[in-house]
Amino acid sequence: MTTGTLEPLLAAKEIVVFCGPGGVGKTTTAAAAAAMSAASLGAKTLVVTVDPARRLADALGMAGLGNAETPVGPAAFRAAGVEPRGELWAAMLDTKQSWDELVHRHAPDPATARRILANPLYENVSGRFVQSHDYIAMERLYEVHTSGRYDLVVVDTPPSRNALDFIRAPERMAEFFASRLLRLLTAPARSRLVTLASRPFYQLADRVLGSQFIEDIAEFFLLFQSMYEGFAERAEAVRRLVRARRTAFVVVTTLETTPLREAERFLATLVAEGLHPAALVCNKVLPSYLLDPAAEARAERLRTEAPRVAAALAADGGDPGAEVPAEALARVLAEVGDSFRRFAVVAKREAEQRAELARVPDTVVRVPYLDRDITDLAGLLALARALWGQPEER
Amino acid sequence: MSGLLDRRLLVVTGKGGVGKTSVAAALGLLAAQEGRRTLVCEVDAKGDLANALEVGEVGFEPRPVQHRLWAMAMHTEESLQEYLRLQLHIPGASRVGPLARILDFVATAAPGVREILTVGKLAYEVRERHYDLVVADASASGHIVGQLTAPQAINDLVRVGAIRSQTGWVRDLLADAATTGVVVTTTPEEMPVRETIELIGRISAETPVEVAAVVVNRVLPELFSHAEEALFEDLRRPPAYERLAAAVGPEVGDVLAAARLAVTLRRRGAEHLEALRAEIDGAIDVAYVPYLFTRGQGLRTTSQLAEALGAELA
Repeated sequence: MTTGTLEPLLAAKEIVVFCGPGGVGKTTTAAAAAAMSAASLGAKTLVVTVDPARRLADALGMAGLGNAETPVGPAAFRAAGVEPRGELWAAMLDTKQSWDELVHRHAPDPATARRILANPLYENVSGRFVQSHDYIAMERLYEVHTSGRYDLVVVDTPPSRNALDFIRAPERMAEFFASRLLRLLTAPARSRLVTLASRPFYQLADRVLGSQFIEDIAEFFLLFQSMYEGFAERAEAVRRLVRARRTAFVVVTTLETTPLREAERFLATLVAEGLHPAALVCNKVLPSYLLDPAAEARAERLRTEAPRVAAALAADGGDPGAEVPAEALARVLAEVGDSFRRFAVVAKREAEQRAELARVPDTVVRVPYLDRDITDLAGLLALARALWGQPEER
Repeated sequence: MSGLLDRRLLVVTGKGGVGKTSVAAALGLLAAQEGRRTLVCEVDAKGDLANALEVGEVGFEPRPVQHRLWAMAMHTEESLQEYLRLQLHIPGASRVGPLARILDFVATAAPGVREILTVGKLAYEVRERHYDLVVADASASGHIVGQLTAPQAINDLVRVGAIRSQTGWVRDLLADAATTGVVVTTTPEEMPVRETIELIGRISAETPVEVAAVVVNRVLPELFSHAEEALFEDLRRPPAYERLAAAVGPEVGDVLAAARLAVTLRRRGAEHLEALRAEIDGAIDVAYVPYLFTRGQGLRTTSQLAEALGAELA
């Protein structure tokens, strides 16, 4: 399996969206791609991330920052031994704060905005609505792109069940406000006239939820509906943007069974939506030498003939004074061979599962298992070299 | 920790990707093997549970999957239907249609409406004593607090109505530590450990439910003692390396590299676990289950996981 490169994609597109299952290193991958784009492609790059690990945030110099776009200073690049040709900016997605800003923007007047923000149900919608994070990420993407401030915007998507949640979030939000059911629900607040058709519905809803509660909800939605125009317009614009040629999707996964199955669903969904998944990044891939039969044969020898090999080493004239107990050495050799065999089982399974993927994008990039956590820009750039298809270091 | 499976409801949560479903399935399998009638319920129906137990489709209706073990998948609409039928004596699905559709909207605005249908169903199965133990393969860390606080949230928001009258007993059942416990699953990695620490803090601060245990999944084996590691490091350097390559073959370098990677990964994991232990400070039991170097990731893996958990819980 040869490894591809993300370089052409990040050199040509204006928006690159990193999506995929949770727990596969999506945020770090997106940050690394952005850092390398800034460093070597000369792009003024913004990476919008969701919830970075603390050390990643430190690496980007964005610890304790919220929604604001912040430059990663040249000092950080110099510390990594790189003279950046472009600029790297980073922003973290603060869903609550973004929602508040949206309400201010779309509400017909400040008084309505204040009433919405003060409604006890609002916090729930902005904080917990399943697609709330997705919607905000899309909204933010649109906002920064149309600001014209960046050559390239790299987006790290929130963990979601499937790609559709993210892509369709703007449309869902618009549909939500336009819905007939929503009008039904808010009808009693608009007029006391309840139609014959909806009466059984109200009776049932009243019985289960209580009429007071229904009225509370209705009032809230009524307020929210005043923002419909703004949401619908914006949703359409975002829809066009993600489907435009200037936008590319990268699916990130590991080769473990469950994430890989989810990644496969992501890919299928993107295609079904008429979007082009431009690349698949397989993260944390075990070293390819684990698949090498010659290496496996050596491991097997260590495992089964450890005492003999240890004795041979000892007899072969070790350093004078270096007393190596042959028994301990044999144990070490056997363990080394055993460990190889264990990891080889996993590596074979993962290579097989990768090969069995039904439909993969033209570009498939393998990122090796890094043997350390990323704590600085140098670490991010090292990861990015793998994304650029440069051979792994031993 | 030996009493973990003596509770009636175990809510298994954790960051996405740490093997939550495998751990829930393994706990269920272990409990069943030990003689308990056990139900495992997949809350975020993604089909992972069916894979872990190697059974066909798992639906809302519990189905037997092993001796004394049943499996089901949560479905809020069906849960609502069952609730209406059993509690309000509203028969048939004819009237549920519009209500199920409106559920999306109501659940969007009101904290706890969707969640109560999930938690309520689990609690109902516990209360009715259809099973000795219910293991929930629950939502990931992001949503679990919302689910556990749903009864209270509903109680605060809905002042009258049938739902309100149902929340009290659910809350009591969740709050009883002898009955209900949360199991937080993690791996020895930076983000899962950080989320675990945050989640434990939130569960104790915001919910009435007790964290019964932390299960650390995929713990890599320790290859060497301190003295052995020194020997190993010697082997990777000349002149010992040349002699080894001559004795075994040149590709032995890759074999040593693989062992080096295993040592490094194990050590990095140990640092994260150190941070975890420092934070929970002996207050919560921690079970460690090994990384399983298996071919597949189905029932065989689940059985091995159950065995490892059994040894830890004993």
